[in-house]
Amino acid sequence: MDLLSFARGPALQYALIVFVFGVLWRLIGVFLLATKPDYSEPRNRASWKGLRLIALRFWPRREFAARNAATHALGYVFHVGFFVVLLFYLPHLLFLEDLFKPLFGGNLVQLTGMSWPYVSGGVIMMTGAVTVAALVALLVHRIASPVKRLISNFDDYFSWLVTTAPLVTGMLAFAHLGAPYQTLLSVHILSVELLLVWFPFGKLMHSFTIFVVRGVTGMSFERKGAAL
Amino acid sequence: MDLHGTVGEALKQQGISRRAFLKFCTALASMMALPPQAAAAMAQALAKARRPSVIWLPFQECTGCTESLTRSNSPTVENMIFNMISLDYHETLFAAAGDAAEAAREKAMKDNFGKYLLLVDGSVATGLDGAYSCIGGVSNVQMLEEAAKGAAAIVAIGTCAAFGGLPKASPNPTGAAPVAALVRDKPVINVSGCPPIPVVITGVLVHYLTFGSLPELDELGRPKAFYGETIHDRCYRRPFYDQGKFAKTFDDHGARNGWCLYELGCKGPVTYNACATLKWNGGTSFPIESGHGCLGCSEPDFWDKGGFYKALPTGNWGGGKTLAAAAAAGVAIGAAAAALARKRQADIAKEK
Repeated sequence: MDLLSFARGPALQYALIVFVFGVLWRLIGVFLLATKPDYSEPRNRASWKGLRLIALRFWPRREFAARNAATHALGYVFHVGFFVVLLFYLPHLLFLEDLFKPLFGGNLVQLTGMSWPYVSGGVIMMTGAVTVAALVALLVHRIASPVKRLISNFDDYFSWLVTTAPLVTGMLAFAHLGAPYQTLLSVHILSVELLLVWFPFGKLMHSFTIFVVRGVTGMSFERKGAAL
Repeated sequence: MDLHGTVGEALKQQGISRRAFLKFCTALASMMALPPQAAAAMAQALAKARRPSVIWLPFQECTGCTESLTRSNSPTVENMIFNMISLDYHETLFAAAGDAAEAAREKAMKDNFGKYLLLVDGSVATGLDGAYSCIGGVSNVQMLEEAAKGAAAIVAIGTCAAFGGLPKASPNPTGAAPVAALVRDKPVINVSGCPPIPVVITGVLVHYLTFGSLPELDELGRPKAFYGETIHDRCYRRPFYDQGKFAKTFDDHGARNGWCLYELGCKGPVTYNACATLKWNGGTSFPIESGHGCLGCSEPDFWDKGGFYKALPTGNWGGGKTLAAAAAAGVAIGAAAAALARKRQADIAKEK
C-alpha cells in the first residue's frame, strides 16, 4: 500500500473513528452533567433573553475593543480564511460530499438539486496564504506577550500546529512544491487526520461548545441581572 | 538478413534512408530530454551497435502491450526498433509454436548468455508454486528465474510486469507478483502503462543500445524522461482546472466544452506518464482528449484505488457502519462519564 492509499484509506478511517467517538464522548459527558442549583432570587425571570450573548460576543466589549483590535481582527481573518478554504474549494467539497453520503443516503447535491458554490484554486491559494500569515502573526504575538505566554500551554501550541499544518501542506500540494504531488497530497491528508484525532481532546473542541457556552453564560447573567 | 549484424546494416537492408534514421534519433533524443548533440551520438552509436538478442516473455497478460507496440501506425519508430534488435523469442509474433518455439528461446539464451535483453510482459503467478500460469509445462516463476540469469538487463513491459497490474488486484487469487519482486540481482526497468506508450518502450531500448546503460529511473524504476511529470501537469485541460471549471457528467455543458474531468474521477494529478505529450495512435489523442478521465494505469495498484469514477480527493474509508459504531460508543462512554460525575457530586453533597 502506498502512502496516498494509506492516507485516504485506513488512516482516514481511524482518524474519523477517533474524531466521532471523541467528540460525542466529550459533548455528551459535558451536556449530561448536573447543574448546580441556584437558590438565589432571580433578578430577571426571562433568562432566555440572555441568549443574545451568542450574538453580542461576536464583537469585543467597548472597553477592550481598541486594545485588542489587532488580535480580534487576526482571529477573524484566520477563522474566516480557514472556512473559505475548507468549504469553497472543489476537492474539499468532493471529499465532504463523499463523507456525508452515508448520512444522507446519497449524494446531497443530486438528492436536493442544490449546488454549493466554489471558487478557483488561485483564490483559495491567496486565501490560504493570508490565513497562514494571520496564524503566524497570532503565534508570534502569543510568544511575545508575557501574559499570553504565561497562560499558554501545550494545548494552545499543538492546536495551532494542527490547524496550520493542513493549510500549509494543502498549499504546497496545490503548488506542487518540494515533493511529488501524491506525496504532498498524502501529507496534506495525514495532516488533516492529525487535526481530526487531536480535535476532541484539545481546545479545538470550542468549535462545538462555543455557542452553547455563550448561551448558558448569557442566561445565567440575565437571571443574575448582570450586564451582557 | 544477418540476425546479429549491426543496426546500420539492418537498416540499410530494409531500405531505411540515413535521413529517416537521423530523424528517428533526433525525435528520440528530444523525447528523452537529452541534449541536441545526443542525437548525432545516438545515430553514430546505433549504426555501429550489434543488434542485441531480445527475449520477450509473456506471463499473466492480455497481449495488450504487444498490441500497443505492433499496432502503432506504420512506418514508425516502433517498427524501426525491430530492425535494431534481434527478437529471438516472442510467442505472439512467432511463426514457430510448441517445442520449436521453446527450443529457440533456449538457444538464444545459451548463445547470448550475459548479453541478451529480457523483456517481460504480464505479472508472474507465484501461487501454488507457480502452477497458475505455465508455458510448455514450465511455470512463469521458473522461466523468469532461468531467463534472468543470463540477461544483461530486464525490461518489465506494462503495469502487470512492472507492478502486478490487474492480476494482482485484490484478492490476487494467483499470487501475482511484479518482475522486480522476484528478480533482485539484475537491473529491472519498469515501463508501466496499460498498455505502455510504444515509443517509451523504443526509447528505453535505444538508450540501452546507444549508451550501454539504462536511463535515469524514478523511485518506482521507471525512466524519468517519460515518467517525470504527471498527466495533470501537461494536460491541455489544466487551465480549466486552475479556473475551477469542471465537467459534472460526461455529457453536460462542461464536458462538451472540454472542461477538466477531475470531478468525474480523473487520476491525472497522481499519474506519472507521457500520454499528454506523446499521445497515442500516431499522436492523435490520449484518453482525456477523447473525453474520459485518466485511470492512472501506469501507477501501482491502480485497480484497487477506490474506483475509476470516484473523484481523487474522496476517501476510501470503509463507509458509515464503523462511524455509527464509533458514535454509539462515544455516546455510551460520555453518558457513563456524566453519570459518574453526577454520582460524585451527589456524594460530595451528602458529605456536606
